[in-house]
Amino acid sequence: MDLYAIIFYLFAVITLGSATIVVFSKNVVYSAFALLFALFGVAGLYVLLMADFLAITQLLVYVGGILVLVLFGVMLTTKVFDVQMKTKTIQMVPAVAILGLLSGTIVGVFWSTDWYISENPIDVAKTAPQIGNMLLTTYLLPFEIASVVLLVALIGAAMIARRERKG
Amino acid sequence: MISVEQYLALSAVMFVIGVVGVLVRRNAIIVFMSIELMLNSVNLTLVAFSAYLGDVTGQMLVFFVMTVAAAEAAVGLAIIIALYRIRQTVNIDDINILKW
Repeated sequence: MDLYAIIFYLFAVITLGSATIVVFSKNVVYSAFALLFALFGVAGLYVLLMADFLAITQLLVYVGGILVLVLFGVMLTTKVFDVQMKTKTIQMVPAVAILGLLSGTIVGVFWSTDWYISENPIDVAKTAPQIGNMLLTTYLLPFEIASVVLLVALIGAAMIARRERKG
Repeated sequence: MISVEQYLALSAVMFVIGVVGVLVRRNAIIVFMSIELMLNSVNLTLVAFSAYLGDVTGQMLVFFVMTVAAAEAAVGLAIIIALYRIRQTVNIDDINILKW
């Protein structure tokens, strides 16, 4: 087993283990912090897949942005010093049944399909320039629409979450 | 060397863990985090294909998925907070104001 495989399995175990904790932990705060490690593991896998720029973006957007937002959500919706934090017991039997059935199906399809694999791998030194070029040429319209989506989401979120004023 | 199937299997299992979270848990924030997990597993699939195809376009798509995920996170949490304010709960079973 070479170093690449060892690192892959390390990140895979981190990601899947944390994802399991996110879903099955009884404490919401534990879930939120496990989500951090799951997202971090995915970022590590991006590095292994030669998507360096994307890995940094993952850390900035998910770990830096979305996770902080989730923690704020946890803080604002649970009484921190209460037992309220604990959520109800989880139905383990249906969960395991769904998990086995669905993942068996998807993994089976993935394994049995004969994927086309290219001979020439991605040049790591050129991913960021290539992505930049694509954003401003082929994908210019989606790029602009994405900026509008973010603006609308920002205004909408502020409007929904603010306190209603009387009169 | 790791084959593309191993990356795909990893993301498939991660996706199904997210599905189980949405189906089994009743806390809105945990459901929300499970959706983030599912989005991440699909992103991982896209990046794996992009790497083994030698084409950066897949990474491009991941950027747009991240954009939508960020917007979804902001609006989703705003909705959860607004719901908590009127109902004092984040349990999905108790939130039935759209039912009649």
